[in-house]
Amino acid sequence: MTDSKYFTTTKKGEIFELKAELNSDKKEKKKEAVKKVIASMTVGKDVSALFPDVVNCMQTDNLELKKLVYLYLMNYAKSQPDMAIMAVNTFVKDCEDPNPLIRALAVRTMGCIRVDKITEYLCEPLRKCLKDEDPYVRKTAAVCVAKLHDINAQLVEDQGFLDTLKDLISDSNPMVVANAVAALSEIAESHPNSNLLDLNPQSINKLLTALNECTEWGQIFILDCLANYTPRDDRESQSICERVTPRLSHANSAVVLSAVKVLMKFMEMLPKDLDYYGTLLKKLAPPLVTLLSAEPELQYVALRNINLIVQKRPEILKHEMKVFFVKYNDPIYVKLEKLDIMIRLASQANIAQVLAELKEYATEVDVDFVRKAVRAIGRCAIKVEQSAERCVSTLLDLIQTKVNYVVQEAIVVIKDIFRKYPNKYESVIATLCENLDSLDEPEARAAMIWIVGEYAERIDNADELLESFLEGFHDESTQVQLQLLTAIVKLFLKKPTETQELVQQVLSLATQDSDNPDLRDRGYIYWRLLSTDPVAAKEVVLAEKPLISEETDLIEPTLLDELICHIGTLASVYHKPPSAFVEGSRGVQHKRLPARAGSGESTESPDVGQSVGGADAPPAVIPSQGDLLGDLLNLDLAPPATTVPAVPASMQMGAMDLLGGGLDSLMGDESETHNIHQRMESPSPQSLSEYSHPELGGDIGGSPAIGAGMGAPPAVMPASLNAAVGGGLGDLFDLGGGVGMPTGAFIPPKTLWLPAMKAKGLEISGTFARRSGVLQMDLSLTNKALSVMSDFAIQFNRNSFGLAPAGPLQVLTPLTPNQTIDVALPLSTVGPIMKMEPLTNLQVAVKNNIDVFYFSCQYPISILFVEDGKMDRQVFLATWKDIPNDNEAQFQIKDCHLNSDAATNKLQSSNIFTIAKRTVDGQDMLYQSIKLTNGIWILAELRVQAGSPNYVLSVKCRASEVSQFVYQCYELVLKN
Amino acid sequence: MIGGLFIYNHKGEVLISRVYRDDIGRNAVDAFRVNVIHARQQVRSPVTNIARTSFFHVKRSNIWLAAVTKQNVNAAMVFEFLYKMCDVMTAYFGKISEENIKNNFVLIYELLDEILDFGYPQNSETGALKTFITQQGIKSQTKEEQSQITSQVTGQIGWRREGIKYRRNELFLDVLESVNLLMSPQGQVLSAHVSGRVVMKSYLSGMPECKFGMNDKIVIDKQGKGGSTDDAGKSSGKQSIAIDDCTFHQCVRLSKFDSERSISFIPPDGEYELMRYRTTKDIILPFRVIPLVREVGRTKLEVKVVIKSNFKPSLLAQKIEVRIPTPLNTSGVQVICMKGKAKYKASENAIVWKIKRMAGMKESQISAEIELLPTNDKKKWARPPISMNFEVPFAPSGLKVRYLKVFEPKLNYSDHDVIKWVRYIGRSGIYETRC
Repeated sequence: MTDSKYFTTTKKGEIFELKAELNSDKKEKKKEAVKKVIASMTVGKDVSALFPDVVNCMQTDNLELKKLVYLYLMNYAKSQPDMAIMAVNTFVKDCEDPNPLIRALAVRTMGCIRVDKITEYLCEPLRKCLKDEDPYVRKTAAVCVAKLHDINAQLVEDQGFLDTLKDLISDSNPMVVANAVAALSEIAESHPNSNLLDLNPQSINKLLTALNECTEWGQIFILDCLANYTPRDDRESQSICERVTPRLSHANSAVVLSAVKVLMKFMEMLPKDLDYYGTLLKKLAPPLVTLLSAEPELQYVALRNINLIVQKRPEILKHEMKVFFVKYNDPIYVKLEKLDIMIRLASQANIAQVLAELKEYATEVDVDFVRKAVRAIGRCAIKVEQSAERCVSTLLDLIQTKVNYVVQEAIVVIKDIFRKYPNKYESVIATLCENLDSLDEPEARAAMIWIVGEYAERIDNADELLESFLEGFHDESTQVQLQLLTAIVKLFLKKPTETQELVQQVLSLATQDSDNPDLRDRGYIYWRLLSTDPVAAKEVVLAEKPLISEETDLIEPTLLDELICHIGTLASVYHKPPSAFVEGSRGVQHKRLPARAGSGESTESPDVGQSVGGADAPPAVIPSQGDLLGDLLNLDLAPPATTVPAVPASMQMGAMDLLGGGLDSLMGDESETHNIHQRMESPSPQSLSEYSHPELGGDIGGSPAIGAGMGAPPAVMPASLNAAVGGGLGDLFDLGGGVGMPTGAFIPPKTLWLPAMKAKGLEISGTFARRSGVLQMDLSLTNKALSVMSDFAIQFNRNSFGLAPAGPLQVLTPLTPNQTIDVALPLSTVGPIMKMEPLTNLQVAVKNNIDVFYFSCQYPISILFVEDGKMDRQVFLATWKDIPNDNEAQFQIKDCHLNSDAATNKLQSSNIFTIAKRTVDGQDMLYQSIKLTNGIWILAELRVQAGSPNYVLSVKCRASEVSQFVYQCYELVLKN
Repeated sequence: MIGGLFIYNHKGEVLISRVYRDDIGRNAVDAFRVNVIHARQQVRSPVTNIARTSFFHVKRSNIWLAAVTKQNVNAAMVFEFLYKMCDVMTAYFGKISEENIKNNFVLIYELLDEILDFGYPQNSETGALKTFITQQGIKSQTKEEQSQITSQVTGQIGWRREGIKYRRNELFLDVLESVNLLMSPQGQVLSAHVSGRVVMKSYLSGMPECKFGMNDKIVIDKQGKGGSTDDAGKSSGKQSIAIDDCTFHQCVRLSKFDSERSISFIPPDGEYELMRYRTTKDIILPFRVIPLVREVGRTKLEVKVVIKSNFKPSLLAQKIEVRIPTPLNTSGVQVICMKGKAKYKASENAIVWKIKRMAGMKESQISAEIELLPTNDKKKWARPPISMNFEVPFAPSGLKVRYLKVFEPKLNYSDHDVIKWVRYIGRSGIYETRC
């Protein structure tokens, strides 16, 4: 029997004909007709007009026909909700069928029909099926709870299905357990604060037992769920690891990867001196290598994950270089990934082999792959000093091939090698110069120009070479233009006599004929430098350059840790956190690695575990995060528009001073910053490139100077980066922990925001307050340096609620050494808005006559509660109903010994208004409203049980992200 | 979890479309067609993100299978599932082709309904599925049969049904190895490994408990230390092999392997893959290729390739094929070979040299003159490696099956009554020598 004929009917009266056939008395004909309908549906034709006729076929003994009708229903029920009701009876009847397969089929299909009225009827059958005697029905019902939750979360909670689902975790059948775990995990994802899964040693033990018995897919569900658990101590961690390791021999790669995830995560907790730790490391390598013999698509997933694992724990695979050698007929995506890992694993021990391989690859056909291979050779030179010479000669060989893109790529990496080993390989410059004409890509041109400028004194015809570029100056890309400008200035400083004309030409091109602010500003700076003090200019432009780091493309450590928690998933394939590609609330929660227990390991960040109410500690406290700097660069250092007219003048002066004062020390890097940071020493390339790209700084008054200021940090960063920046710097900015929450009367003590050692002697601590409707930032500035500080100014990055200084920072007298000054900075909420993570994070730039400093802090959300936040009762009721239940968050406030009236008063002083109070069974329910400065209303219900110190707080708001912060605010207000 | 599953033909027409999640709309079907199937450039990744929707795809002949999701799903699981789905379809109706899919579309929908629920993969063992997804309807089943089906589908031994009976209890073990080599022109082994599979065909009655033993170094050494004086103890050392890593079919009790390194299981009925393994030490390389390429001027190449067989003279290698790549601008080729047949295949840019059979410890040679058209293409010829295919009747890793014991206490047959067959086949994987 063939079904393909159903695909071929394309006659005009088709629908009409089908209708007749569907209503035929003959069973066979009916079935044929339904098949035709399904075939049309598949190809995308609209056959919804046949709805009643198809549904009529539903009541049948023929299971095949029934399944077909169900399939149709799932597709069209939503568009015909009223008609779909016709099917309900059959569903309910089928749920009682003696045949378990039919019961399961009915409940499975019902869950797929997203029509409210049908959903109502689903509850009773589902309840029965969850307790069915047959495991097949139970496992199907478990998944159905997740389906129902997706349609109507509130209904699932109200009907108590979640508890039944939890009970299924202890079911005797492993597949039921697995499906229940999968369903609960998914539901829990959309309720980040609930304790749905309630993982504890007992339930973990049950899961581990089921792990040995269920299907491969079930094992994946369970392992993925286990990975969310945080063991109490290293012993528990070890015992779980021991029970998970056998999974590494499973034939299913996904089981293996999920097991690797659990092990990588729990390993964090094991003391490194433990024997078991070493054993575990050894056990991890072979299964990872085996993944590479899977089908290419899985290889790709595995390689993306191995890339992460190699960065996190290089020791695991350090002896396995050979397995990453590229095979001639690997798909291109596998080749590129293997190459990446090869570079990471390259070391002195294996460099000879690696180089021989890379040279092979550089002659392949795929352009991307060849380029990457050439680049890799350069990386090896920089990473392994002993190999540099061999790498350079390999690159020269490649340049001799004259293949255009190979030559260009080689020149770009040779520039990096020059940076790393100055005065060592300059003999090759002549060869490079021969290829000048063939360069057509901006990056390669810029690299070549840099080389010519840097070594102008050794290249006889440097002026001619540079002049040749100058002809088409305005057609070049910005990158090349900037580079050409700098190179010619360098040349002039080295050979002033014969190049005066050239330098004047380039300066006038850059300043007069260009409308690129970056180029213009850089031109002006050079011009002024050269005209006022050529000696200083020489010191600045030809200053010694900072070293470049060995590793590139490293993923920023906090992100890496998060990705390790997502091994095997899409996040690990994209190398992005789930929030970057998943919509809505799902997966937005950041996962993190557990802290190592005891054993003198102090690299963990101190904010782990301190974070209030499970909220993640702010990732922004780590100043190494490039985007912090990147965003601040976009700040306009000029004062905000709201300031009094008299002040701007002095402020502007300040900005100028900054330029002048900072210049000497900064310009040295500046000439290098633009071209080099783009590709080289950036520890987190995506974010760093944001600010090293000259264009970004464009709108700032003195962009090059700022650029230079920014240029300095990356040079020092690699060192601190290896020393776990995540922790080391985190504690300096320890805000995440117990941020003080002010009440109307209570203002938390000032916390240290910027330590003196990070800001050349300037120490800043502060807090936030709301005083009779006015927002203020209270700052204490202390001068711990030896010289006087002056010309203070402050600026905020865009933030979630548009906080911005409402006036200048009033520091009227210069700050003498060891002096502290307290300033209250009025704030407005009309500034530019950008959602921050966490929500209440604020990034601040403070400048003085010495430099610009950046820090971030968190403000208590209570400062945003406005005085007219009392809602009308009726409006409250309507609004409460109106906000979807998904947005409701519940919290427990423990150990609070106020009665409801005292609580009301206390909250009122923080602009949390109680609208109504109801008493039921000795329990006081306070209904409260809050309004934020941006007009968002927050509704809350506070349940106070007389005699019990525990309050229950339910928060409902359209923007549910704020709930967590509101809760923290309640905690602090009530307890202070 | 998986939000939807689509199957397309090579033109990008939808053959099967099943949506499991509400967040996947009909436009997802088109997005994949436009951005991947009809994309101008070669696909650069098996995972594509289009407008916050992720597409996973695999290709079987000219059929595209795509899984779609908007969540952060387990990517490895999605691919494993797609492969599994191909296996299931193949088991039901043979080759995956447009015609077969169209002919069986109702069956495919039925399968998809069963093996993927709300995007969660469910039991997908063909053995179990075939008991109740038959396209014949299951009305006739008795109550006992029904509960047997459900308990098998959800049970601990989901891959085997109870009550199987054979008059003759028989099993076949195939040790299939593919040996991979990358050798430098000078004869230095750059990388070599064997990836092997033990495939079992079992026709056994009841629920037999099996135990599989091989010359695994770890096991043999352990026994040797135990002071045993039997043959296994004596012959340890040389006879045993070091296995780098192995993975098992889900029927094998992994925790037992982890603790005792013993391989015990209740096998599925019929053919399945018991284990996969990988070795890198002491590999017997069945052939050695010695290339010699000389460029004579700009328009001529001289190639000489010698192959040497390196195994017992009593054994015969079969299906030997040596593939010598030629430059793109080849205009003519003259070949002389001592054995077999050699031909220049212009469409494949290679000289293909075929030898039907060759005994161990022999040597054979081919020489060719390649005429080139003069070109002004600056790019040098990449000289792809010389590759080789062959089949030999032994396991290049040195793996030996020591025993496969069968116990079925409930039925009246013993290990001795089972007829067992063991066969070793070594094939070339990617067996390349650079020139």
